[in-house]
Amino acid sequence: MQRKSIDFLVGLFVVLGFVALLFLSLKAGNLSSFQLVGSYTVKASFDNIGGLKIRAPVKSAGVVVGRIADIKFDDQSFQAVVTMNLEQRYHFPKDTSAKILTSGLLGEQYIGLEAGGDTKLLAQGDRIGMTQSAVVLESLISQFLYSKAAEGKAK
Amino acid sequence: MNGLTNSITRLGAVFADMVRNVGQAARFFWRILYRSAAALRRPHLVVEQIHFIGNYSLSIISVSGLFVGFVLGLQAHYILSTYGSDQMVGLFTGLSLLRELGPVVTALLFAGRAGTSITAEIGLMRAGEQLSAMEMMAVDPVTRVVVPRFWAGVIAMPILATIFSAIGIIGGYVVSVQLIGIDEGSFWSLMQAGVDVVDDVLKGVLKSVVFGFAVTFVALFQGYVSKPTPEGVAYATTRTVVHASLAVLALDFILTAMMFSK
Repeated sequence: MQRKSIDFLVGLFVVLGFVALLFLSLKAGNLSSFQLVGSYTVKASFDNIGGLKIRAPVKSAGVVVGRIADIKFDDQSFQAVVTMNLEQRYHFPKDTSAKILTSGLLGEQYIGLEAGGDTKLLAQGDRIGMTQSAVVLESLISQFLYSKAAEGKAK
Repeated sequence: MNGLTNSITRLGAVFADMVRNVGQAARFFWRILYRSAAALRRPHLVVEQIHFIGNYSLSIISVSGLFVGFVLGLQAHYILSTYGSDQMVGLFTGLSLLRELGPVVTALLFAGRAGTSITAEIGLMRAGEQLSAMEMMAVDPVTRVVVPRFWAGVIAMPILATIFSAIGIIGGYVVSVQLIGIDEGSFWSLMQAGVDVVDDVLKGVLKSVVFGFAVTFVALFQGYVSKPTPEGVAYATTRTVVHASLAVLALDFILTAMMFSK
């Protein structure tokens, strides 16, 4: 076989490999425009993060606006510190609140942002002040039983 | 009494041979790496070998990938529909292919197709005294013959594994969405939500690179040290497939434990 045609075929082979890799990253994986456009980091502290995981989505009004980058435990305040990357094109006011919500009844947990009314916007490295922890099933049940017991006593 | 000492001697010889083989293989590996710089001064040799090793394996890899994808789509549907998680077919197919089946099945097929052809070629060169003739001409046979095939195998393996995974996922898509009727949107979106580019796709590629090193090295070594007879070549090709397959599966276990543990 001529050297030129071999080079061409090998080149095609390598290109095919790259196309397959691109297909896998974009269609099968989650290489979204998000990582390519740019993001800013915001922190929030929660009493209990429940089943929140890294790379879980951050949504506002149901639309994904970012991803959770890191979850750490602060042993000074004994709270969980969640670091999230928000997309550069979405701006939130400084008094935005963060809640941990569950998609569906028993689905994966995500952070929901609710915008406040402040004129100043969240910048890189800011902290979200108002947070609401995840709903823990056991505390709900014990709350329910306690209120039922109190009701019974009142009667 | 003589028979007993003979048996024990033979037993010792078996283990001593094993150790000697491992040592020989290690020195051969070092020699390949050492000669790589010199060999890569002739890149057209590597390109030619990528053509023989990679391009010619493309048909078996693509067809196998397609059928593995089909089967995964079917099996996933049968199993997941019992739990009402039918939508997860995409995620199931994607993760199994990217993390495990892509690299491992490609490596096993590669060992069978490209590995045996490399072993047979080098074994026949040894049997036809071509390697000795090269040494007589002061051309190092390792640099000229072995090293280009080694790097061609290392380059071709990850490309083949990626193509296998991609075609497999397409195969799974065809079976689940077109034939069975799963919702196309949920197929892709659940897969995208669960497959991470760095954690899953790139780790699968890393696995296939390691397998490429292992399979190509085993094939080259068995060819190089084969007995210069037709039976020698035949034994060498069998040993290539067996050793390479076992090495791939053992390495897969080690790599999975290292890479995917929490």
